[in-house]
Amino acid sequence: MQRRVLLKAVTLAAASAAIGLGSIAVVAQQKTVKIGILHSLSGTMAISETVLKDTALMAIEEINAAGGVLGAKIEAVVVDPASNWPLFAEKARQLITQDKVSAVFGCWTSVSRKSVLPVFEELNSLLFYPVQYEGEELSKNVFYTGAAPNQQAIPAVEYLMSKDGGGAKRFVLLGTDYVYPRTTNKILRAFLKSKGVAEKDIDEVYTPFGHTDYQTIVANVKKFSAGGKTAVISTINGDSNVPFYKELGNQGLKATDVPVMAFSVGEEELRGVDTKPLVGHLAAWNYFMSLKNPANDGFRNKWANYAKVKKLAGADKSLTNDPMEATYIGIYMWKQAVEKAKTFDIDKVIAAVGGQTFVAPSGFTVKMDEKNHHLHKPVFIGEIKADGQFNVVWKTAGPVKANPWSKFIAGNETKKDEPVVTAAMKK
Amino acid sequence: MKGDSHNLARRLRSFATFYFPLFTVSIAMSTKSIARRVVLLVLFACALGARGATAIDIGVVDALAFGDSDERSAAIAKLVDEADPRAIALLEALGSGDLQTAGKRVLIVKGKDAFDAVTGERVSPLPPVREDVVANNRVRREIAGALGVLKLLSTERAVRLGATKALALSSDDAPLPSVKKALERESDDEIKAILVSIIASAGLKSDIVEERIAAVRALEHSSNPQTRTLLVQLLEKKSDGTYAEPDEGVRGAASISLRTVENRLAWGERVGLVFASLSLGSVLLLAALGLAITYGLMGVINMAHGELMMIGAYATYVVQNAFKVYAPEWFAWYLVLAVPIAFVASALVGMVLERTVIRHLYGRPLETLLATWGISLLLIQGVRTLFGAQNVQVENPSWMSGGIAILSNVVLPWNRIFIVLFAALVLVAIWLLLTRTRLGLFVRGVTQNRPMASCVGVATARVDTLAFGVGSGIAGLGGCALSQIGNVGPDLGQSYIVDSFMVVVLGGVGQLAGTVYAALGLGFVNKLIESWSGAVVAKIAVLVFIIIFIQKRPQGLFAFKGRAQEA
Repeated sequence: MQRRVLLKAVTLAAASAAIGLGSIAVVAQQKTVKIGILHSLSGTMAISETVLKDTALMAIEEINAAGGVLGAKIEAVVVDPASNWPLFAEKARQLITQDKVSAVFGCWTSVSRKSVLPVFEELNSLLFYPVQYEGEELSKNVFYTGAAPNQQAIPAVEYLMSKDGGGAKRFVLLGTDYVYPRTTNKILRAFLKSKGVAEKDIDEVYTPFGHTDYQTIVANVKKFSAGGKTAVISTINGDSNVPFYKELGNQGLKATDVPVMAFSVGEEELRGVDTKPLVGHLAAWNYFMSLKNPANDGFRNKWANYAKVKKLAGADKSLTNDPMEATYIGIYMWKQAVEKAKTFDIDKVIAAVGGQTFVAPSGFTVKMDEKNHHLHKPVFIGEIKADGQFNVVWKTAGPVKANPWSKFIAGNETKKDEPVVTAAMKK
Repeated sequence: MKGDSHNLARRLRSFATFYFPLFTVSIAMSTKSIARRVVLLVLFACALGARGATAIDIGVVDALAFGDSDERSAAIAKLVDEADPRAIALLEALGSGDLQTAGKRVLIVKGKDAFDAVTGERVSPLPPVREDVVANNRVRREIAGALGVLKLLSTERAVRLGATKALALSSDDAPLPSVKKALERESDDEIKAILVSIIASAGLKSDIVEERIAAVRALEHSSNPQTRTLLVQLLEKKSDGTYAEPDEGVRGAASISLRTVENRLAWGERVGLVFASLSLGSVLLLAALGLAITYGLMGVINMAHGELMMIGAYATYVVQNAFKVYAPEWFAWYLVLAVPIAFVASALVGMVLERTVIRHLYGRPLETLLATWGISLLLIQGVRTLFGAQNVQVENPSWMSGGIAILSNVVLPWNRIFIVLFAALVLVAIWLLLTRTRLGLFVRGVTQNRPMASCVGVATARVDTLAFGVGSGIAGLGGCALSQIGNVGPDLGQSYIVDSFMVVVLGGVGQLAGTVYAALGLGFVNKLIESWSGAVVAKIAVLVFIIIFIQKRPQGLFAFKGRAQEA
């Protein structure tokens, strides 16, 4: 009997000790906060989105190493929506309801953002969207760290029409067939018309996602360019860019004759392309890897080290690009907002993001607008160099405020420059 | 380097000590002899010039290196005016990004060598801190024009010919005075003719009617695509109802020239369209040929066909990387080895599939379909774990980059030309295999009448495996070819599987010839619609067309007649 009692006592003690230890362990592990990362790691968009996932993980590791947010370590929940737009919505819902993440960083294509938007509004969660896009959207639950049309597309076309840009008179608007290129081209068409470009001097061409045969299109561009100084404005997204640029090079369409201005082609997209025939083609962004300033040197080095340590694909030639910068800025802005709000509560964090500033790798201090959920960003135009990097040939004097509602689309004059909270959302 | 400059200094010194006394003497000499001395001196100076003792105006160099676009174009214009042959090297360096600055100094850097842009002296050692001089498109365009003019005065015929041709094709107004100057000095008939036509097209702006008519007539022979626009502009009516060209005679001549030019350009477009169709057709053919054997002849609905192509493409990628590491000097020829390896890799995977899975499912098409679909998912995931989900980079070897201009407005890219040829080669090889070899005979025998073939002693099981292997291997060849024009990723097969089945079914199951016609036909229809209404509509239209066609004619374009079909 004695022995049994003793045994019981020992087990009890052990059990309580274990529980006690457990709770101590939780304290030692300290609080964690989850954030979701929603980028395609496979499919046609993987070429662009995979590095954004890694950039987010790098920023999180950096923040955790510096003590986390509000004393909590950040835990990233990475999901792969596989370039499949409806799957984006499913995965977003899963992140919010099952994983209970405090914020989500993700999406590249506008069609994926449009697909997750109702989910974020319904569940009142928070999305940071890091890619340039067509505007025409302003949600209380989304912060847009990429460029709006007036921070990328419009200055780019103005440059093409300027003397330095070649004084283009005719324009081919070439894009992948979905919402971003269609809307951007609608804005650009209105813009070009306001500049006196005639209807017959604008050609609009679309291809499906993942298109690889650009023979006819390049031949047509050539034919169109015989009618006067022509520039191509490319909103081709994803891996279609590789065969497009290959075809351009092979058919001998040089940048001095017909410059191609791209809105979705950065250092990463050019990784696999022989850039020697492409020298002089252009891209407009709010950041280039080749920018020389201390913030960018730090960013580049951090990324190079991270890629090497984690043995990421292509770590031997580590590249940074604009959406990576925007992802990085987004995560830090979220961290700063949480610290300002002193809580992870979504509504309070949303209120605190507006007005946050950050010394961005672009070399400028960018600011989240107090009202319209978009960043004030500088604009750069770069020419492709033989080594796949960009030479900055034009830039704005400082950060530019975003106009998500472009004045070149009819009916936008009356729209408010801040999210409108509808009755349905308030419930 | 140091020894070199020592050497130079020594030679200079000996030059001075040797020639100076001579010079004083030479005053007394005859003028003829002085002339000879001077020539000698000049020759020596030229020899030094190559080493760089003469200088380009430092202001011009500074404007090129540090100025804004306007200053640069002024500097370029100045160099052209001076017609300084040394400017060619400088402008070429700026255009190709070889111009760098080290502090105030401007250098032309070629690999490890650097030359001072002003004096032309070799700079050694290379200054460690150098900045690239950045040219933009406008500057590059002006450099191209300037180089064209400077090269017009070159002493080598080939250089002049190239320059005149480039000038004739350039979109900007030709610099008339330079062209006229070049024409006066020119002796070569071919170059002369081109120069005359350049001057003629500039003559359009002349005030004299006869000159304009002559210009318009000369334009008839121009192969520049811009000519059409020039002529159309002449015939256009202005807003007030008058013609842009007031003279009736000039307009008449212009419309005749326009017709000729348009005819020629239309031919170019037709050739371009036919080639594009042929190229798309061969891509479809390469994708479908393997399936024509596994599905067409053997009747296996192989949903993993696309993945076998993907394996071929990845095999090419692996061979490419191996060449990069082990034999970089042979890199340009990696495809020669990649082709057989892609074939073998896909064939092996196909044979393993046949032995382990498909063989047990013969005669049960639905189950085959599901099983092979499952296998395709397995293969995709396998490649993803092995190589990562991202696309991998397969480079074109240098001989497959660029293109050949066959008409003024048509350039045929080399990689597409090679794919057309490759598709033809593979087709011939399959045809020979099926009709001229023992294996081909067995394959045809087994697919036409299995029990009878078995009765006469054909090892049908082995023939099945081999035939499936051949079909898979050809899919691998297709993948190898596609890696040269498209993206290589785990999903590569998914985008071609539908096309492959489309081609085989449209052509008629069991027919090699049908597959060929279907592939080329689809390529043509697709490109024709695309040139009318864009790529998106073309894709939809082709699918709709095939659905309707199969409804009307389920057996496809060509069908077996007779008893063989029941197998």
